[in-house]
Amino acid sequence: MSRDGHQAERLEVDPIACAGHGLCAELLPELIELDDWGYPLLANGGEVPPELAALARRAADACPTLALHRLRVAAAAGVGRATP
Amino acid sequence: MTLFASISPMWLATRGAGVVAFLLLTTTMALGVAGVLRLQARGWPRFALDAIHRSAALLALVFVGVHVATTVLDGYVDVRWIDAVVPFASGYRTFFVGLGAVAFDILLALAISGILRQRIGHRTWRAIHWAAYACWPIALVHTIGTGSDSGSVWLLAVIALCCATVAAAVVARLGVLRGDPSPPAPPAAGRTTSTGRTRARAVAR
Ligand code: SF4
Repeated sequence: MSRDGHQAERLEVDPIACAGHGLCAELLPELIELDDWGYPLLANGGEVPPELAALARRAADACPTLALHRLRVAAAAGVGRATP
Repeated sequence: MTLFASISPMWLATRGAGVVAFLLLTTTMALGVAGVLRLQARGWPRFALDAIHRSAALLALVFVGVHVATTVLDGYVDVRWIDAVVPFASGYRTFFVGLGAVAFDILLALAISGILRQRIGHRTWRAIHWAAYACWPIALVHTIGTGSDSGSVWLLAVIALCCATVAAAVVARLGVLRGDPSPPAPPAAGRTTSTGRTRARAVAR
């Protein structure tokens, strides 16, 4: 995935497809929390730190409607990397 | 009937693996429907249901593999490797073994489409996954029709239990078939909440 070190990953929820199952938030609480209606809210604009990439993948796979997308973004393209 | 001891261990394994596979298919179906209905056991996370559904399905596939392999290797009856996937070609109980092949083919299609779900997309996956509702009854008829044990009380009890489980699941599923459980309206795009997290933005697709 991020073998070359230039690939960063971002999560995005397709709100049309999302059925509010909330599985994603259980599997990736580091980045996803649910709003009052059970729909996901993404932290840091969905940016996935490398150490959470495997968990992000698992969360995307678990989504019953495949509404959670993993997007490759070039780190150099300037998506603000939030450093905690 | 022959004496128990005179039956080859391989043939017994075939029968055992078949029954276990059928039990696992039943479990898989019940959990799958429960997932659609969004049932949740208290104290269990929601993803657990889906995870067990997938594991049980995979395990069923393994037991079907053992079931097929022991049948062919035993050589007690005229069933070849190809008869496991090509329906109605076996010399032994052609129709009922053939149904087993049909169920196996569907199971393979379900497993492969499940693994490729991200690639083929939700719509295609879902269309294929409806075939699960055909897989189980076909496996049931195969079990009853082919099973050397189908006259025995214990297998009838197992079959009755499985039928009751799936019947309950299907009835519950039909209840939500008219409209799939409709969630509240999707959130508006880009709104920022009090927690400072932004909602997912709409993706044009
Ligand atoms: S698991 Fe999928 S459907 Fe459920 S809340 Fe997350 S994105 Fe939405």
